[in-house]
Amino acid sequence: MVSLRVSLLTGRTVEQGRGKEYGKLSEEYWREVAICELDPGDMKLLGVREGDGVRITTDFGSVVVRARESGRAPHPRVIFIPYGPWANLLVDPRTHGCGMPTLKGLPAEVEPALGAEAPTLPRLLREHYGGK
Amino acid sequence: MRAPTVTSVTCPVCGCLCDDIEVTVRDNRVVDVKNACAVSEAKFLSYYRHRRTSPLIRKKGRLAEASLDEAIQRSAEILAGASYPILYGWSNTSCEAIRVGLELAEEVGGVIDNTSTICHGPSVLSIQDVGLASCTLGQLRHRADLVIYWGSNPWSSHPRHVERYTAFTDGRFRASTWGRYLTRQDAAEARKRAERVAALAPGKEVSVPPVVSRRLPPTMQRGERKMVVVDVRRTRSAGVADYFLQVEPNSDYEVLQALRVLVMDGELDVEEVGGVPVEVLEEVADVMVNCGLGVLFFGVGLTMSLGKLRNVDAAISLVRDLNRRTKFLIMPMRGHFNVTGADTVFTWQTGYPYAVDLSHGYPRYNPGETSIVDILLRGEADAGLIVASDPVAHLPRDAVRSLVDSPLIVIDPHVTATALMADVVIPSALVGIEAPGTAYRMDHVPLPLKKLVEPPQGVLPDEEILQGILSEVRRLKGGAGT
Repeated sequence: MVSLRVSLLTGRTVEQGRGKEYGKLSEEYWREVAICELDPGDMKLLGVREGDGVRITTDFGSVVVRARESGRAPHPRVIFIPYGPWANLLVDPRTHGCGMPTLKGLPAEVEPALGAEAPTLPRLLREHYGGK
Repeated sequence: MRAPTVTSVTCPVCGCLCDDIEVTVRDNRVVDVKNACAVSEAKFLSYYRHRRTSPLIRKKGRLAEASLDEAIQRSAEILAGASYPILYGWSNTSCEAIRVGLELAEEVGGVIDNTSTICHGPSVLSIQDVGLASCTLGQLRHRADLVIYWGSNPWSSHPRHVERYTAFTDGRFRASTWGRYLTRQDAAEARKRAERVAALAPGKEVSVPPVVSRRLPPTMQRGERKMVVVDVRRTRSAGVADYFLQVEPNSDYEVLQALRVLVMDGELDVEEVGGVPVEVLEEVADVMVNCGLGVLFFGVGLTMSLGKLRNVDAAISLVRDLNRRTKFLIMPMRGHFNVTGADTVFTWQTGYPYAVDLSHGYPRYNPGETSIVDILLRGEADAGLIVASDPVAHLPRDAVRSLVDSPLIVIDPHVTATALMADVVIPSALVGIEAPGTAYRMDHVPLPLKKLVEPPQGVLPDEEILQGILSEVRRLKGGAGT
């Protein structure tokens, strides 16, 4: 299967900010945060279209999110996921002695996950943290 | 009857704390909001959604409704019985509530940390090492003629920062660049239209797109106010800047150090640094040296990527070098609403801004050891109190796993990911909408927060809930009580 080695950035977006104010369990939050912005050229290489599932994998975890064509292109081999529970499954928790995990510029791999759906927040919590 | 409008409301969303918001209230609900950004408007108009008004306690694996007294009692038992509890959050509540939280941390002998730890914590460490030449946003609004955003995307994270404090505001001595931006936009649109028409012309060969020059546009040499964005990606903010400097991910440290050399009239014997040709860096250094008053706003692009606090060291050192040639200031783009207030109150009370360990009976501060992510990764905390924050949604997975492994108390107005994993949930009033208080803007200016509507029946502000837990902890421990 086609896959690409990329650099993963996480960060804030206005839509993520609005989504969190509508509520972490809201449809808006899931729609705006469980996504990955990709360069259109990279999408073509991967054979994915807007809204298709893509699996992102790092040394620390793996998750399926929806592909979104980046409005900030060109940025080949650089992908962006908004801050949130989905991005947190992928980031480097090690702080190198300063308290701060590494949340930007992480090596990652992207592959198409056609037919797979980004997990909703309750499902993600259940699958990764086992519920209580 | 016309619904009453409250003016000069302070927005409780980001570190800008815009205090010109106008809010219309009808039947104890906000029905209209003016001057707000998209995020602020979403908060004011939907704060009542995804709320719970009754406290919850986990019994036999399920969260069940309980009275406030029961929830406070259970929280106090968890905290008083823990040997190393962690008290975390604080950036979305008032300074008054944070003060009580610190008292509670001291009483239970725990670690208290705020969200600085995963945003500008490395900046704080760097500032403690190198110092900071800074000022208030008002001074920059009136006087700055060169505004640089480095690793920061204010358009998304602080949506009104550019409009209120920097490039798009009319200062007393500096005009807004809004008109110039519109002209640039019009020209870009006209160019696109012309290209579309040319492409439709019959028989026309498709031309190779022109190589994009990274050289600075001539407008950058003018004496007017200018805005520059340095980032790894062409962000929305980069789209409104006069010049965008794109650097490779994880190369900010090298680019900042290269600029330091150039600002001090040194020479670089390489062709490019961090993907930027040296001649472009030379031009940027010239613009910096030739400004009247420059400011470098830096975001978490520096603190969250490789180098972390050392990137901020380099940025502050660059500003220090620039001050030998001109006047230059620097300010971190503090993100969360009252995160600056959290650092400030922590410092009044303990001497340290975040990651304060009170388990020895006196404050100890050693980020990397006493910071929440490190404590959780080592699996040392045996209870957690989360106030006005959602670490399950915002900490790395291994840290979250450790957090939810121990008894967890959440005080928050909303149903959050952390609340879903908690053992005790106490709903609180939204500070800045349902409760008054004080918050600090990113430039350390304290501003009052207004109470606009009554909170739901029986829902108290964070400060009162924390006071209740503190009194109960003292009673359980047989201390002096309050």
